[in-house]
Amino acid sequence: MATKTKEPEAASERIPPMQRLLDNPFLLLFLGVTMPTVLYLMWGLMEITQIPIAE
Amino acid sequence: MSIAESHSGIIGGIAARFRTCPATGLQIDLAAERLIKANAVAAVVFLLVGGVFGLLVALTRWPAVHLLPADMFYLVLTAHGLDVLLLWILFFEMAVLYFASAVLLNCRLAAPRFAWLAFILMLVGGVLTNIAVLQGDSSVMFTSYVPMQASPNFYLGLILFAVGALIGCLVFLGTLVIAKEEKTYEGSIPLVTFGALTACIIAIFTIASGAIILIPTWLWSLGYISHIDTLMYKLIWWGMGHSSQQINVAAHVAVWYAIAAITVGAKPLSEKVSRTAFLMYILFLQLASAHHLLVEPGISAEWKVFNTSYAMYLAVLGSLIHGMTVPGAIEAAQRRNGFVNGAFEWLRKAPWGNPAFAGMFLSLVLFGFLGGISGVVLGTEQINILMHNTLYVPGHFHATVVAGTTLAFMALTYLVLPLIFQRKVILPGLAKWQPYLFAIGVSGISLFMMGAGTLGVSRRHWDITFSDAALSFDYPSAAFLMLGLNGLSAILAAVGGGLYIVITVGSLLFGEKVTADNVVEALGPMPTRKVSEAVKEYGNAGTFHLPGTYILVAVFFTAFVLYYFVNWKYVSDLWPMG
Amino acid sequence: MALTPPEAKIWWNEKVERGELVWIVIAFLWGLVMFFMMVYWHLEGQQNLSNEVYRISPEKFLAKTEKFTEQYKVREEAGIPVAKAPAGSDVYMLARLWEWWPILELEKGQTYRVHLSSVDWQHGFSLQPVNVNIQVHPGLEHVVTITPTQTGEFSVVCNEFCGVGHHTMIGRIHVVDK
Repeated sequence: MATKTKEPEAASERIPPMQRLLDNPFLLLFLGVTMPTVLYLMWGLMEITQIPIAE
Repeated sequence: MSIAESHSGIIGGIAARFRTCPATGLQIDLAAERLIKANAVAAVVFLLVGGVFGLLVALTRWPAVHLLPADMFYLVLTAHGLDVLLLWILFFEMAVLYFASAVLLNCRLAAPRFAWLAFILMLVGGVLTNIAVLQGDSSVMFTSYVPMQASPNFYLGLILFAVGALIGCLVFLGTLVIAKEEKTYEGSIPLVTFGALTACIIAIFTIASGAIILIPTWLWSLGYISHIDTLMYKLIWWGMGHSSQQINVAAHVAVWYAIAAITVGAKPLSEKVSRTAFLMYILFLQLASAHHLLVEPGISAEWKVFNTSYAMYLAVLGSLIHGMTVPGAIEAAQRRNGFVNGAFEWLRKAPWGNPAFAGMFLSLVLFGFLGGISGVVLGTEQINILMHNTLYVPGHFHATVVAGTTLAFMALTYLVLPLIFQRKVILPGLAKWQPYLFAIGVSGISLFMMGAGTLGVSRRHWDITFSDAALSFDYPSAAFLMLGLNGLSAILAAVGGGLYIVITVGSLLFGEKVTADNVVEALGPMPTRKVSEAVKEYGNAGTFHLPGTYILVAVFFTAFVLYYFVNWKYVSDLWPMG
Repeated sequence: MALTPPEAKIWWNEKVERGELVWIVIAFLWGLVMFFMMVYWHLEGQQNLSNEVYRISPEKFLAKTEKFTEQYKVREEAGIPVAKAPAGSDVYMLARLWEWWPILELEKGQTYRVHLSSVDWQHGFSLQPVNVNIQVHPGLEHVVTITPTQTGEFSVVCNEFCGVGHHTMIGRIHVVDK
């Protein structure tokens, strides 16, 4: 990279929270696995186990 | 400096052997390079095998040809799905993961021995499943819905393959950690690496779902478990089956950005917007596994509506954003390159003779117009009643996975050959036409299957004339025409695919060695940059007006809205039900 | 460049170009339209899949369907019984390798509760040429309320792969005027 950073050095300490989230692969991994596990798998399985038995 | 010259580098106290890439100046870990080569070669072999099976399927569907007998048709269809939908794609994705981590981050690959273990497990698993299918007692389709049973090795092979892919994902994550610790890059990872990370995260959920369902199913096939619930199987299986195709979406979008960067010098319009779009994928894309369960009994409409819409279409939002920012970045770059006249000079003067660029742009357009729109329409809860399990479904996913992912990966190959394999692409005159041939063929396959599906024709069906059935039924005659045209398109796609394989394998064997002197030329025709220094400036924040992209996006959006509501009209004509 | 780290260390605060922003807003709103379209159709639309479902053993569903067929059989067609139940009642159709059984005769404009299930593998209920497609599972009795609006001979094609005889699996529904 030719130019290093346009920001003053002091600003680098205050990286916005969203950028910090996007820079954290393991937090993203956690979110990316939890969301479908809860919303798709667990919610779905809960409904399947609650199907009533025919008379 | 000779490209073959390599040297040992000591980083973080651990020795790794690197060579310096003459085109980019990047340090390339030789272990990563070998793994990229191995995975890419395995991918292409399975593409060849699966592609031949695909051609046989299409020729059997073509009523006038009707090539194979019923049992062979179902066998070949099962093998086709496995080899191209899973093996070709995931092997290539492993190569993309290693490239996006070790190469782009200028870093050594984490635990290359584990990466080899991953490769071997995937290879053994893939071969084992193929053998099980070819032995004839596992013609259960790619989906293998219980209680239909395949031989135990069918499931075991898939499990081994999945474990291998999981290890590959962990190697990728490990490499990210090493690169950060050893400070091989500054600030955030590149956008392409971020796209690869998205693919990796989706892959981990995919593989976990696969393990949860395939291990008990394997035990069931061995007789240790007596019963697998059909609906639970389907729910969890699609957590793998559909999400695995979402890995592709994330991966090929990353590939679009990469090819645009290399061929025309495109930069993301906004890192923030493009990364947020990938975040939408990470959070919501996998919910769309529900697309396959919309006409299932026993799951509530609330679950269906929420999941099928990726939580209110937030993942679609991600795709719509990429659909604008990728052409937008290309337009901005081309304008910087000096093509500023009118709305479309940038597009007309794009390097259409470079197969990497042409393949990438065709992939973008076809994925959006054919695959994207049809996917959202197909995944609308009530509209799915019209389309579930008809040929519309394979029509849709041939637009996403073949015209989208496969074409993007083919396009990338034209850059991987000179950059990683260090070979010039042979037969450049033919290579130039390869993406177009393949794209036209696949578009035909996709459109004609969707057409037949709209007429109600069932997928996975050997004989749409029902000649052996006790009762008779005739699909509309237009459906027969569609399947004939589908067969012709498949032949065209097979020629395009065959050409790709000949060029790839031929370049590996006979391609001229790439050196520092000819590496730029080896990347194929590029636009002549009229303003070379301006390219280095960041194209963010309103500095560029993008009229061409806005027009393309407006056309796309109009098509989307119209097609969406046309299908609601079809739904409203159905018999009332509730 | 997308292949290198962002040039600015803090890129999150960079301004987003207006054209991009406009498209994001349009795309987001379009997503909401599509989402609420499905919800709206549940409230106002006529075509929604019922979720009245029971767990049932294949033997029990077979027995129920046989009893129903015996009670309402009016004739046979290609060796398959045709059942005509009173307008608006419960009717049964089972899927098995490789037939839909029995044949149903319904009246136009009447609403029926159609009980669907399989006694072996999964099958796909594809009513043609109307083009209604519903998945059929063994062990699950799905009660679909349906009102035919056309008369004529309709076919039930199996559109879930169910083995080597899959393409011969075809059933029949007749819709007649009152």
